[in-house]
Amino acid sequence: MSKRSTEPLLWLLFSAGGVVAALLIPALLFLFGLAFPLGWVSPPHYAHLAAVLGHPVSRLGLLVFCVLALFHWAHRFRYALYDGLRLKHLEGAINLLCYGGALAGSAVAGYLLLTPW
Amino acid sequence: MADLITLRVTRYRPENDTEPTTQDYEIPLRKEWAVLDGLNHIKDHLDGTLSYRWSCRMGICGSCGMTVNGEPRLTCATFLEDCAPGPIRVEPLRNFPVIRDLVVEIGDFMRKLPQVKPWVIREEEASIDSEYLQTPAELDQYKQFSMCINCMLCYSACPVYALDKDFLGPAAIALAQRYNLDSRDQGSAERMDVLSAAEGIWSCTFVGECTTACPKGVDPAGAIQRYKFTAAMESLKAFLLPRGTR
Amino acid sequence: MTGKAQYTQFHPRWYRPRVPVLWWLRRRSYLLFVLRELSSVFVAWFVVFLLLLVYAVAQGPQDYQRFLDWSAAPGIILLNAVALSFVVIHSVTWLFMLSPHAMAVRLRGRRLPAAAIGAGNLVAWVLVSAIVLFLVLG
Repeated sequence: MSKRSTEPLLWLLFSAGGVVAALLIPALLFLFGLAFPLGWVSPPHYAHLAAVLGHPVSRLGLLVFCVLALFHWAHRFRYALYDGLRLKHLEGAINLLCYGGALAGSAVAGYLLLTPW
Repeated sequence: MADLITLRVTRYRPENDTEPTTQDYEIPLRKEWAVLDGLNHIKDHLDGTLSYRWSCRMGICGSCGMTVNGEPRLTCATFLEDCAPGPIRVEPLRNFPVIRDLVVEIGDFMRKLPQVKPWVIREEEASIDSEYLQTPAELDQYKQFSMCINCMLCYSACPVYALDKDFLGPAAIALAQRYNLDSRDQGSAERMDVLSAAEGIWSCTFVGECTTACPKGVDPAGAIQRYKFTAAMESLKAFLLPRGTR
Repeated sequence: MTGKAQYTQFHPRWYRPRVPVLWWLRRRSYLLFVLRELSSVFVAWFVVFLLLLVYAVAQGPQDYQRFLDWSAAPGIILLNAVALSFVVIHSVTWLFMLSPHAMAVRLRGRRLPAAAIGAGNLVAWVLVSAIVLFLVLG
């Protein structure tokens, strides 16, 4: 019963997370994961990045992004374990790992992004 | 003399075999012949013991679904020439118990189908001589889903159904949507409990193979994802709105 | 083909093939599906990576420089290169294969074709990426 009532909500979080992840991550990961470290583009100065990240709107935006992306991972990874590795009998442990992980990650993200610097 | 092609057919004779075996048959490769014509040739001229299902030969009855070269196909719509040079592997549909040779047991689907109430449900029946009118735009809403011929190719293609036989499955959900989206129907609330159970839409992980396999363009995968959205909105509404207003 | 035949009430014995554990290795489309689902792991990794960046910037210029040096280590670059390829799989499948099928958008009573939704998603992707570039590079 509880599963039936939470499943739609988890699916909405998964879908919203899928959209923001698809739109945002490629550009960001390309810049910070490859372009800056490999010297293709010079990384932004500290003052500029601090100003962008210091703005409350961008912090709130990043927090929403992190929470949605983490729940996207949780939901998808849960079903990947269920079906891909045929572990549905470990349902309880998998749910704890996935959604517990997403909740913990969201808490860390909230702590980092909402506390004043 | 016409060219020949080999059909490598899966045989399972429950009175003798514990496991399926394969048997090769050489048949004429004719331009106008589908795999089903080849099987009929075997049955009529080479080996009368081969068992398989078929009826209309024109993609309507949905009984000749088999696995051809590893893909779920209607054998009446899969031409020998497109599979040349062969040998063409003809196996029973996947994900179903095999009764004999190419005949599978689809009772599981037959038991699931009525659970989604695939018929027009009215709160009150109109009088016998009135009609329920529908505009072309309203027909267009569900027409695609009404094309389903219950051929079971989507169940055969679905890995979720392969792993979890409790899953309601692509065709049953698409057929529920066919009635949910029908302007004459008032039964979507009755169907919701079965559809939005864990074994209903939420088991689906949108592999999309059901839609690829469907010979009638039904797009069951799309139907399931759209219903997920509907169900999610319904439960949000139920969560946010106080009782009584919904 | 290691399944067991079973006796049933109306038929002598049914043959039930068993699904192997690594069933998704048997078909290209199933393999693509599993890779698509695995992209979520790299989405989660990116969140961790992003939070490390945010933390470094919050600590000050030295920590930011240390983050940049750390992210230039060969192991991290390799990890991020793999992550980027998986995330691109996610973006392409999500924006152009999944959501166009999952959404039924109606315009003037007609359902928009999947290609139109995909085109809209492409525009959104380019736009969002441009905004990201503008915000990061200034």
